[in-house]
Amino acid sequence: MRVHAQRVGALLGGLSFPALSMADWTVNMTPGVTGTSNDIFDLHMTIFWICVVIGVVVFGIMFWSIFAHRKSQGAKPANFHENTLVEVLWTLIPLVILIVMAIPATTTLIDMYDTTESDVDIKVTGYQWKWQYEYINEDFGYFSNLTTPKDQINNRQTKGENYLLEVDNPMIIPVGKKVRFLLTANDVIHSWWVPDFGVKKDAIPGFINEAWTRVDKPGTYRGQCTELCGKDHGFMPVVVKAVPEDEYNTWVADQKAAAEKERELTQKDWTMEELMERGEKAYATACAACHQADGSGAPPAFPALKGSAIATGDMAAHIDVVVNGVSGTAMQAFGGQLNEADLAAIITYERNAWGNKMGDMVTPKEIFDYKNQQ
Amino acid sequence: MSAVAGTHAQDHHHGPARGISRWLLTTNHKDIGSMYLIFSFTMFLLGGTMAMVIRAELFQPGLQIVQPEFFNQMTTMHGLIMVFGAVMPAFVGLANWMVPLMIGAPDMALPRMNNWSFWLLPCAFLILVSTLFMEGGAPNFGWTFYAPLSTTYGPPSTTFFIFAIHIMGVSSIMGAINVIATVLNMRAPGMTLMKMPMFVWTWLITAFLLIAVMPVLAGVVTMMLMDINFGTSFFNAAGGGDPVLFQHVFWFFGHPEVYIMILPAFGAISHIIPAFSRKKLFGYASMVYAVGAIALLSFLVWAHHMFTVGVPVAGQLFFMYATLLIAVPTGVKVFNWVATMFRGSLTFEAPMLFAIAFVILFTIGGFSGLMLAIAPADFQYHDTYFVVAHFHYVLVPGAIFGIFASAYFWLPKWTGNMYDETLAKTHFWLSFVGMNLAFFPMHFLGLAGMPRRIPDYALQFADFNMVSSVGAFMFGATQLLFLLIVVKCVKGGEKAAAKPWDGAEGLEWTVPSPAPYHTFSTPPEVK
Repeated sequence: MRVHAQRVGALLGGLSFPALSMADWTVNMTPGVTGTSNDIFDLHMTIFWICVVIGVVVFGIMFWSIFAHRKSQGAKPANFHENTLVEVLWTLIPLVILIVMAIPATTTLIDMYDTTESDVDIKVTGYQWKWQYEYINEDFGYFSNLTTPKDQINNRQTKGENYLLEVDNPMIIPVGKKVRFLLTANDVIHSWWVPDFGVKKDAIPGFINEAWTRVDKPGTYRGQCTELCGKDHGFMPVVVKAVPEDEYNTWVADQKAAAEKERELTQKDWTMEELMERGEKAYATACAACHQADGSGAPPAFPALKGSAIATGDMAAHIDVVVNGVSGTAMQAFGGQLNEADLAAIITYERNAWGNKMGDMVTPKEIFDYKNQQ
Repeated sequence: MSAVAGTHAQDHHHGPARGISRWLLTTNHKDIGSMYLIFSFTMFLLGGTMAMVIRAELFQPGLQIVQPEFFNQMTTMHGLIMVFGAVMPAFVGLANWMVPLMIGAPDMALPRMNNWSFWLLPCAFLILVSTLFMEGGAPNFGWTFYAPLSTTYGPPSTTFFIFAIHIMGVSSIMGAINVIATVLNMRAPGMTLMKMPMFVWTWLITAFLLIAVMPVLAGVVTMMLMDINFGTSFFNAAGGGDPVLFQHVFWFFGHPEVYIMILPAFGAISHIIPAFSRKKLFGYASMVYAVGAIALLSFLVWAHHMFTVGVPVAGQLFFMYATLLIAVPTGVKVFNWVATMFRGSLTFEAPMLFAIAFVILFTIGGFSGLMLAIAPADFQYHDTYFVVAHFHYVLVPGAIFGIFASAYFWLPKWTGNMYDETLAKTHFWLSFVGMNLAFFPMHFLGLAGMPRRIPDYALQFADFNMVSSVGAFMFGATQLLFLLIVVKCVKGGEKAAAKPWDGAEGLEWTVPSPAPYHTFSTPPEVK
């Protein structure tokens, strides 16, 4: 039956959309790859089968009445309308079933809440609309952005295999280690979910939530933000790569070195061309989601930058908006999110792109001094 | 005319006023009930149209028809309009028509307030719907309007949305006061509380729920109003506020609210199943106690909507246990309905078809509710399409089918004509198939990992989304048939007897069909 359904699905999918022919007809939760996700899967199946059994009994009696006690079959109504014993029984039996069900659920829940003795701590911060992962004991961190091209989303290009579930920098974790997530958010509430881990936790501004996982199987695991967080809620996936421990250690060493190099960029002497080049790239990842790649924005929530008073006005005011954000609006404070080189590059780019011809530039050093003055 | 001037005062009591003033100024419970029902159906079509936009966009992966900003406005407005505009007013309309007829009262206890509480509704929804045309668009933060997305990050129209919610709240509270005053003071002599029809019982309890929680909703939107316009920081973490507080207050309203939307349907179904089984309702007393227990428990389970928020483990356990407990009285009700049908003499007119579908499909919604109550499993289900499937299973075949069943059951009493049974059965079967096609695959989508409230999705979700959209279009189009059936029934048809259903019981069937403009001017005696 299932195979048959899959064939029909593949046929329909294949006929209508060649790109979708690999789409499937999965009807159930998957057990996942962690102890927690397996426990949850077992609970899910247990409660499911309890519901099926109750359903079969109740609907069975009902359908039997529908077939056997029809007026057209000459059924004469009985006139009972209460029975204390039956009523007590069908109150108590469900109660007992629920208690039996509550016991394993309680055990699993307590285990899920035990975030002690972790080997790796990662701070996860939700932003509109990307994730930031900071390895707090290793002193580095980075953003994880959707990489699915706009052309795929707007149906101008065939959709790739991991459509909407692919990012530039996935979270990397070592296998076999207890990883603790510390979740928070910078703007609105987000929720970080990897189905295969059985981990879903809200990232809430002003709060730090905790969750943990231990993955034994190396692989790439994909999930999504699950709390409505505005326009691009559907476009901020979670991708986690679990790798063997030595590979993880090498990666951490590389990241630390790269982070050190980034810090050195601030001291470097930059030319206008270098800033514009870096600015275009940084703008595309940090700003284009709202202000659009061509600077046209999406007013009124996201003003245009092309020809705007700020991007073509006083430099200090422009720096202030980008570094400190505008409170009460969707404009975030990017001072804490981006390094000085990117901030300087973006501001310079915004003042000199799309026909904005200010001709001036700001260096990473100046941004560094500006931030320190505050 | 002057010759009969002396009888003018008497004439005044015989029939409705002429023209538009009949509807603007009426204090008659039947007129007001009809207006509520018409308003509700209008909103149902509007909210349904928005659902069609949502399903059209989700028909295929990729963005085709609308942009994410507008998609979010559609999900938000669809939810708000269906909850506050379609389901709640429909039940108030049924209460207006049927409560006085069922308890042998001449009208509602507070007829002028009744008029006002209705006319506030079109005003509220005019404001709410007008936000679609404002700069920045309509509310786009989901019908649950979680802060700070709805405060710091909300569109400029949010203040209008808050005002609309306030007006709806005033209307609901006045409606509830009216029901309570009517039921407690105007029952026919001899009708003790435990002889009251189930629909009256469920509405009495619903009215108390409304009075308890609508002020909480008003409170939470007022806090939003302050945060947005007056610089407070109730929900703004940067100002020392607490975004989670919003969710606690909202769901303290929100959970009883879901029972507000289902208890009156429980009541109506408890009349329809006995009528078409030609057998008394099984376990009347336990039905009453079960509704009471559900209402009380509904105040103790709100945080089961917030299992992933980071509630401490002791809190999680408390809310899990309390939620599981609700399954017991709900189960009792389902068992009682089945026991009522058992060894009855069943016929399957449209009200009974909708009632049976109600019992089966609402129970399926109850099962997924039971699954969602298991806190660890909820970490996987939460905010996925599994939840969307769950609440549509309790609200569409629950509340909406309950309303259709009631409408067909009482249409002969309201209009004096029988509706077209063939068309009504067609309406039922198309709704039944469409509804299941639309919402059952959503269980699979949720279990496979599709989050809710997204305008575009990964490719593995494509097939079931397409099936779901086809089902939704079918369900949506079918509802126009209901409009046709009702219009046809109002215009004419086979004349209905005072008691068109041979198994029906109650005072409403002792008055002629259509029910005269004024009924029970002298109270009947109930033995």
